[in-house]
Order: sequence, then structure tokens, then C-alpha cells
Amino acid sequence: MARTYLPVLLLTAFVVFNAAAIIVLSTLLVRRRPTPEKSAPYESGIPVIGLSRQRFSVKFYMVAMLFIIFDIETIFMIPWGVHFRQLSCSAPLLATGGCPAGQTSFFGLGEMLVFMLILLVGYIYVWKKGALQWD
Amino acid sequence: MTPLAVQALLQVANAQHELSTGHAIIASIIKLLIIFTVWMVTVALLTLAERRIAGWIQDRQGPNRVGPQGILQPAADGLKNLMKEETEPANAYMPIFRLAPAISFIPALIAWAVIPFAAPWPSPWGLVPMVLTDLPIGYLYILAVSSLGAYGLILAGWSSANKYALLGGLRASAQLISYEVALGMSVIPVLLLTGNVTLSSFVETQAAGGFNWNILNLTMGFFIFIVAAFAETNRLPFDMPEAESELIAGYHTEYSSMKFSMFMISEFAAMLTISSLMVTLFFGGWDIPFTSWDNVAPWSTAKTLATLAVFVLKTGFFIFTFMWVRWTLPRFRYDQLMALGWRVMIPLAMAYMVIIAVAVLVLDRVGLSAGPGQAMALFGLNLVLLVGMFFIFDRGRLISPAAARVSPSELARLRSVALRPPTTAEARD
Repeated sequence: MARTYLPVLLLTAFVVFNAAAIIVLSTLLVRRRPTPEKSAPYESGIPVIGLSRQRFSVKFYMVAMLFIIFDIETIFMIPWGVHFRQLSCSAPLLATGGCPAGQTSFFGLGEMLVFMLILLVGYIYVWKKGALQWD
Repeated sequence: MTPLAVQALLQVANAQHELSTGHAIIASIIKLLIIFTVWMVTVALLTLAERRIAGWIQDRQGPNRVGPQGILQPAADGLKNLMKEETEPANAYMPIFRLAPAISFIPALIAWAVIPFAAPWPSPWGLVPMVLTDLPIGYLYILAVSSLGAYGLILAGWSSANKYALLGGLRASAQLISYEVALGMSVIPVLLLTGNVTLSSFVETQAAGGFNWNILNLTMGFFIFIVAAFAETNRLPFDMPEAESELIAGYHTEYSSMKFSMFMISEFAAMLTISSLMVTLFFGGWDIPFTSWDNVAPWSTAKTLATLAVFVLKTGFFIFTFMWVRWTLPRFRYDQLMALGWRVMIPLAMAYMVIIAVAVLVLDRVGLSAGPGQAMALFGLNLVLLVGMFFIFDRGRLISPAAARVSPSELARLRSVALRPPTTAEARD
């Protein structure tokens, strides 16, 4: 088990090392000569007006909250998708992945339809509230 | 190679022998270094391919001076970026400003680890599977890792203390998370048919019987996936986060030299990963169509090379599509982008998932649980759905131009306001 994940760990370590090396190398190799003009924010060459630490639209927060809900739903659906054929079969599956004749059941589908119905109610509520309305 | 490394390779895929931990680490490192090098060279060449293809489409040459056909251009660019002075904005929040490129660089370069790219190779030291590691969580790993990249973009945008960068970062994060839901959901039908999440099982199922690619079984799922993939990689027509004509360069406006390079590398690496994922999910991975020669033992070097070539060809086609679309479609407006993501893609992906679940159940009931019969029935269903979808997607119905949004009564009101003489209060303003 741990063996399977070992290369991922090694790869991550290797890439982290690479990223650090790139940043350190470019810092060491090049001498910086900052001037006030160079370190000013680049806004198309026009003198900067105002600060960039401003408040921004609440819609971005709303999208982030909706994302959490819907992404978790997606994660819930993945195990359901993987086991769907076994869930809709009251006998063990055949080698082909099919179900023995007359053994299909609506259990898997029904369960997910209930789940999706609840999700759909929430989705319609969000839509009607105007959370998906961008302009 | 050192004798120790040879010894490690000797035992690497020999299933009978349990490797000692030390040998397993050495074998993994050797494999990792080889694949990673090839992968990084490919990513570097993609930056050249992008410019050459752009040149070709626009009827000009593109970079062709450094080396034959400009093949050394990426190396020259890399060297130049390394030697360039790096500017750092005075108001930037430095710790995050310096960390952000790495945060987007690392996930982009580790996401490919689970993608199988050829048939197993019978090396002199044992059978070597042509994938870095075939994780049991396969697809979930890619989903989890690739979504981490969004942090890099938003942190880069925020820490730069530049209004354009901030807007770019905000747009990037909102766009990435919106389309991630659709991306995740569009793959669930594939899981339904495969019954597993490892990428090797996707290839195996699609290779069964010579030709059982998901592009036939799940054509519409592929369309949902490819649209979400374009949005996830910030490519045109969804390149809001770095829309040049609106935001300078978006979230990486303030970045220069190697840090800018890191953003570029992660962008191209993400494109390569998502292209090869598309191939693996819907186009049979490394499977050669209409033959079972390539996916049954006994394995041979010829089979490995042939399947590798086929995989490269398929992935190359999608890479080309990414670059082709860039010069074909104009950019969306941001409200159109969000509307498409939340009001079209998500319900579409959900509805499609239910339809495929019902179809699989019905086909199981009538005895078409696998093989060409099931594939043909599903393909027929997809064709019907696609005709309906493209009819709805027709221009002006769904993604409307700015003028079409206004209702006739609203238009009449606006006209009357515009045409009547201004009141005294308005005239004073």
C-alpha cells in the first residue's frame, strides 16, 4: 500500500526541491537595481490611482460558498458511480460487469435520485435568490 | 548506472519478490527522473509549439531562428528568464508574493503521476508498468491535486498589490472553482461504466473487445469535459484571468524573470495533463483501436513503443486543439462565463449523469450489459442528446450577445428616455 504512494511522495519532494532551486537560483544569479519607478505597481504606465487593497464584490464569496456545496456533492457521487452497477443488482455481478437476468434493482438509482432531488431543491432556491445572476 | 541501481531495477516489477524499501526507493527515483525529464522537455517544447502554431494559423513564421526550426527556443527563453533582473513591487506582501509561483508550480507538475502512457515494458529486469504509479485513488488524485493550483493564482493576484492582478486572481479563482464542479461531474458517467477510479482500469475497459472507447459511449460527457477543461486551464475562450486587453497580464502582471516562467510552466503542464487525461478517459488511453494485439500479454518492446506512439499522437491532437481554438474563438464576457458554468454546465452534467445511470440500468435489464451492443445503444442515445443540446446551444439562445438580453418593453423604455428632451434637473447635471 505505502509502496504505491511512495513515488508520489518522491515526485512531490523532487518538484518542491526544483521550485525552491529555481527561486533561489534566480535570486542569486541576478543583481537587483530597484528604482522607485521599477517597484511601482504596473498599471499600464499610468500613475497609480488609489490602493489595490480594496473591497471586492460579494459575488466572489458567494461563488466560493456554492462551490463548496456542489463540490462535496460531486465527491459524494463518485463512490456511488463506482458502485452503481452492484447497487442496481441484487445478485453478485457477472464477470462482464453485467447483472444476472432478472436480478436488476432500482435501489442504486432510487437512492441517488432522492439525493439529487434534495440538491435540486437547493439549486433552484439558489437560482431564484439570484446567487447565480452575475450582472 | 550503479550496481545498486541495477539490482533495484532487477527486482522492480518482479511481483514474486518483495523489494526492500531501499531498493524500492532507488527504483522509483530512477523511473521518476526519466519520466519527469521527458515530461518537462515536452512542456518546454509546448511553449514553442504554441508560438509556431499561432504563426502558422496567422500566416507568419513564428520563432524559427534558434536551432533548426526554432527547436532550441525554449532553452534560450529559459536562459534569458533566468538572467533577467527581477522586479518586485514595493507594496507587495513579500512572503506570499514569492511563494505563489511555487504554489501553482508544484501541483501542476505532480498531477500527471497517475496517467498511464504505454503498455507495460518487459525490461531485462522485469515487467515495468508505463506509469509512474497506478494509485488506487487514480482520478481522485488528479482532481484533488490539480484544484490546488487555484491557490497559487489567487495568492499571486492578491499579494501583488496591483488592481489588475487582484482582478485577475479573483476571476481565476471564481472561474476555476465554478468549472471544477462540472469537470468532476462529467467524469462520473465514465466511473459508472468502468466501476473503478484507477486510470489503468479506464484504459482496460476501453480496450476490451478491440474498440470500446468512451467517446462513443459517453460522447456528450466528453463535450462537457472538454469545455470544463478549457476553463480549468485558463485557455481561450475562457482566459478571463489573464485577458490581455482587459487586465494587462492578469494575476501575473507583477511577476518577472523565473517567477513568471514558473507560472508559464505550470500553465502548459496543466494543459498537457488535462489533454492526456482526456485521452485516458474518453479515447482509450494508450490503446490502439480495432486490435487486441497491443493490450494482451506477452508484452514486448514493440508493443510498448507502438502504444506510446499512439498515446503521444492522441495527446498531441488535443494539445493542438487547445492551440487551434485559441485562434478560432473570441473571449467570453465574464458574466457569460459564470452563467455558462453555473446555469448550463452543472445542470447539464447532473442530468447527463442521471440519464446514463438510467440507460445502464435499462440496458442491464434487457441483457445488453457489455460489449458492442451496449456501446451502440449508448452511442445512439448520445446522438439524440447531442442533437438536442446543440439545438439549445445555438447562438443567441443561451450565450446571448449584450443586445439580446434586453426585453422589448425595456428597450422601448430606454428609447423613450433617450429620445425625449432632458428635464431641467437632468440638464443641470
